[in-house]
Amino acid sequence: MLNPISVAFKKARTENRPALLTYTVAGDSSKKQSLDILKSISKSADILEVGVPHNTPVADGSQIQTSAYRAIKKGIKIIDIFKIVRDFKKFDKSKPIILMGYYNMIFQYGENNFLNKCKTSGVNGLIVVDLPWPENKDFAKKCKKKSIYFIQLLSPTTTSKRLRKIIQNSHPMNYFISMLSTTGGKLKVSPREILKNYNRIKKINPKKEVVIGFGITDKTIGKLKSADGLVVGSAICKEITRSLNSRQNPVINVGKLVRKLKNKIK
Amino acid sequence: MKLKKKIPVIDQGNSLGFWGGKFGGNFVPETLKKPIEDLEVLFNKLKKDKKFISERDKYFQNWVGAPTRFIKLESLTNYIGGAQIWSKVVSDANGGAHKIYNATVHCLLAKRSGKKIICGDTGAGYAGKMLSMAAKKFGLKCKIFMGAKDIARQQPNVKAMKKNGAEVIPVYSGSQTLVDAVSECMRFWVANCDTTAMCVGSTVGPAVFVRICGWSTSQISRELKGQLIDEFGSIPKKLKLYNCVGGGSSSFGFWNEFMDYDKKQVEFIGVEAGGPAKSKKHAAPLTYGSKIGILHGAAQYVNQNSDGQIEETESISAGLDYPGISPLHCFLKDTKRARYTAASDEEALSAYKLVTKFEDLRPSLEPSHAFFVALKEAKKLSNDTVVVINSCGDAYKDRGILEERLGKKYVKSN
Ligand SMILES: Cc1ncc(COP(=O)(O)O)c(C=O)c1O
Repeated sequence: MLNPISVAFKKARTENRPALLTYTVAGDSSKKQSLDILKSISKSADILEVGVPHNTPVADGSQIQTSAYRAIKKGIKIIDIFKIVRDFKKFDKSKPIILMGYYNMIFQYGENNFLNKCKTSGVNGLIVVDLPWPENKDFAKKCKKKSIYFIQLLSPTTTSKRLRKIIQNSHPMNYFISMLSTTGGKLKVSPREILKNYNRIKKINPKKEVVIGFGITDKTIGKLKSADGLVVGSAICKEITRSLNSRQNPVINVGKLVRKLKNKIK
Repeated sequence: MKLKKKIPVIDQGNSLGFWGGKFGGNFVPETLKKPIEDLEVLFNKLKKDKKFISERDKYFQNWVGAPTRFIKLESLTNYIGGAQIWSKVVSDANGGAHKIYNATVHCLLAKRSGKKIICGDTGAGYAGKMLSMAAKKFGLKCKIFMGAKDIARQQPNVKAMKKNGAEVIPVYSGSQTLVDAVSECMRFWVANCDTTAMCVGSTVGPAVFVRICGWSTSQISRELKGQLIDEFGSIPKKLKLYNCVGGGSSSFGFWNEFMDYDKKQVEFIGVEAGGPAKSKKHAAPLTYGSKIGILHGAAQYVNQNSDGQIEETESISAGLDYPGISPLHCFLKDTKRARYTAASDEEALSAYKLVTKFEDLRPSLEPSHAFFVALKEAKKLSNDTVVVINSCGDAYKDRGILEERLGKKYVKSN
């Protein structure tokens, strides 16, 4: 059976648009609310990235940090995150879910235990921010055995030689970090420049899906439409924070924002 | 797991940067892979380059001030009535602590790589102060990340950084201490690694930073070895080297040249921060059996919960207030080359009182932890045992805390 992630890319391609990937933090601002947010955006988004909050996130900017700290403060545990995924899958079985987090949490859980849990809860892919190639070789193999995509990250600093090696060994989906930045930074390079780098990666193996993320908002998403997929994270986390601060319902507001994002890439 | 002889410990990691196959490594975002590799290539080349080494030595000699004193603490020795008590007064070094060695080397490397800006983390403020001094000396712009709690409790060093023209960026996330400062500094580097060099303030972080720092602070034991031979004619038959351990840079540097001696002859004792006696929180992952985890790019023993969230620490000493520990020390612990223990806040304060009562020496709160354990153990040792404590920082920065905890008479005004 084809991984639902690949199905989602296929579907977007037939609709002549990039796949829309969202990133929200599990447990932000409560277990139930984060689940409700996933449900409210699942119609517009093609792939849902669910952040596993960590309290020493070395690659995240302030918006995602705020979401992560909020979730941790409410007591979210890994075990709850698996439950959120499972409950979501009862609601929308075919929508792909990617967990995104830091390696220590997987390491403490035990790689094998973690993957078993991913499998039984319905996780389709993993992004581990601080487990780069080649350090991730063994773990990526374990993922493959479970038919879970291990998604390699690529950056503007990744050398051509390294790019080729990573892509050669990669699973069907990769993630290109648009610029030198933590998550949530302002887009400091032009969409043209980003797409140039993106195309450099695509050329190595056009069959592998490459999504672009970091710094994408409703203002910029339309200019990057030619990519296989586009990830919006910090802008959504920021919307949750804004909603909470102004005593509005984040579920409704995030739903609106994601619909808006979708309309920009149609 | 085995410690090899005749190979510097900093070079005993495997190809992925793991000591003993499991400590250290490079758990970093993809963006940092290239700048880290560039730094590795540069450092590996320069550490074998005679010209570079003599340049380093020139700055250590004339600017840092080498050697720092090695002195006998006669009155304390008499008072304790056991082993001979000596101190390596590393706080003699320019700026008042060992952090100057690593800062100097990082600025030299940054210059060689053509970087114009250098960023660094700091807890006690010494790493930041020294980086600001070295950056100024070598004409680099300097950005220092420091937890808001540490900014409040280590004001003298904050003032020094600003005076040297560094930008001090307060970090408000998490516990607002060193751990958060290092995270924020790494984030800044992720976003600016094309123009900016990073200095990690201790033997922590991705493997190359551990190596550069250990290589730099090893100046301490190079000096000490010569001084011991001058004093005793040879390395004493019973030598014990006590050092506080935060990230582990002063202790590693204090021990490195003695690594190949049998531990029955030269014993290493690392003293971690046990925190307030009444608190469950501490900064002593080696002493209290913390599990291996990943923090700031390296696998190490680290205070964490079962989910892998890093736990908050507590210590009177900002420099030791860190949940993790250098992979080098994890390696020295598991190979049993070094022994680790902890002193509480109160114990460190009592040692500070004792040392300043008997000697003209003012160890900061960090080395006061080491003094406590050394003095306690020295009592039970014979007088042919030579106990040396690294007095790696000066207490000037701690005057606010000392005044609050011990009263005005323990604070000198300079
Ligand atoms: C005087 C002093 N000693 C010790 C330390 C602890 O660090 P390390 O274990 O790296 O020497 C610090 C750190 O800030 C310090 O300022």
